[in-house]
Amino acid sequence: MIGVLALQGDVREHESMLQGLGVSTRQVRMSKDLDGLDGLIIPGGESTTIGRLATLYGLIDPLRDAIAAGLPTYGTCAGLILLADRLSEGTQPLLGALDVAVRRNAFGNQNDSFEADLDVAGLHEPFHAVFIRAPWIESFGDGVEVLATWDGHPVMVRQGHILATAFHPELTKDERIHHLFITMTKES
Amino acid sequence: MEQATDRVKRGLAEMLKGGVIMDVVNAEQAKIAEDAGAVAVMALERVPADIRKDGGVARMSAPEMIDEIIAAVSIPVMAKARIGHFVEAQILQAIGVDYVDESEVLTPADEENHIDKWQFTTPFVCGARNLGEALRRIGEGAAMIRTKGEAGTGNVVEAVRHMRQITSDIRALSTMSPEELMRAARDLQAPFDLVQEVAKNGKLPVVNFAAGGLATPADAALMMQLGCDGVFVGSGIFKSGDPALRAKAIVEATTFYQDPAIVAKVSRNLGEPMVGIEIDTLSETERFDKRGW
Repeated sequence: MIGVLALQGDVREHESMLQGLGVSTRQVRMSKDLDGLDGLIIPGGESTTIGRLATLYGLIDPLRDAIAAGLPTYGTCAGLILLADRLSEGTQPLLGALDVAVRRNAFGNQNDSFEADLDVAGLHEPFHAVFIRAPWIESFGDGVEVLATWDGHPVMVRQGHILATAFHPELTKDERIHHLFITMTKES
Repeated sequence: MEQATDRVKRGLAEMLKGGVIMDVVNAEQAKIAEDAGAVAVMALERVPADIRKDGGVARMSAPEMIDEIIAAVSIPVMAKARIGHFVEAQILQAIGVDYVDESEVLTPADEENHIDKWQFTTPFVCGARNLGEALRRIGEGAAMIRTKGEAGTGNVVEAVRHMRQITSDIRALSTMSPEELMRAARDLQAPFDLVQEVAKNGKLPVVNFAAGGLATPADAALMMQLGCDGVFVGSGIFKSGDPALRAKAIVEATTFYQDPAIVAKVSRNLGEPMVGIEIDTLSETERFDKRGW
């Protein structure tokens, strides 16, 4: 059972991709919804909105504790921002699970959003990545493995049981990154 | 690298799902909206309730006001252009807004034609009262749909009517045999390929939000339970007694729309809602939802 944080964002797309891979899913809105999960996805959305609701409904500490205790977690776009330890600019609630500094809306506004083929470490064929008002990773600590970069900036990283992408595999039909995450949930 | 593809344009709307988009007329209101948890703000010259009250021609907002709002917040900024006014849309794209709303709330600039939205890199959201109207707008390039509702009234009845109509039209299509679809396209006055797509998938190809007349957390939860992907709130917030409090309450009700205990909790002690208008008291020319086709 993999949970998808369902405070706001493209929850449904992650759920249908996981279900297509034979994994059952649960929407997570309250801390009790975290019980018994094998993995957690923090979807795309507006990170300020998700962060505010998570704070208000007492989810920040339970999420931090669950991830610190080893819950495999994958964040896309807003999910990457929320998992980060620090922001290049601005302040908002963060989970601090991933030893990276993230720049929000790093590529610009919606007119600068794009899709492109991306080389990803461990995948034989390029991954068609969709970047929407996407962040990038500005700096990162020693424990962080960079799996893909765009224009010199890391846009996909792994740190132990945590995976994050600045782009949205859930908006495509390509299941390889979700498959990688499911494999991670079985390793732990 | 490709930009302004359907996937990129529609994708931003996917990211806004489950969220509240709030009408704002200046940077200060935009900041209140962002702090309350809005997923985006809609910049306009006057909120619909004031457009109704003041009358006159309602146009795109002044570019400097939109610049100030873009500078004030990190969430997406949308702005309204008049129906058919493609130069207002060109200006909004040049300013760098994240979405253009070709909106019946403003005075239409063209009574025959909507904007050819395929010509733009910036995505568009458009209003619809039924499936045919939604598919005509998508056929013109809209990347997101919202109900028209009846903006500036604080009365949710038209938004409910439009959402129920769209849902019912989709349900009817999904039960039809392939040979019935051309006739359905004729009756809906909608592009055949989009009719086929909706019949096959049982849903619109783009995100559909509620808009027009929402004023309370209960209104937002109602529209979510009726199947909307998210909500726009216009006059309902900044025409109420305590905008910041009401904005937060509507955000929470939209996320927890399936949990009546939470919707009840956030509905307490909100102060005065905006004063509503009975739709039947509006004359035909006062009905914004009759603008566009």
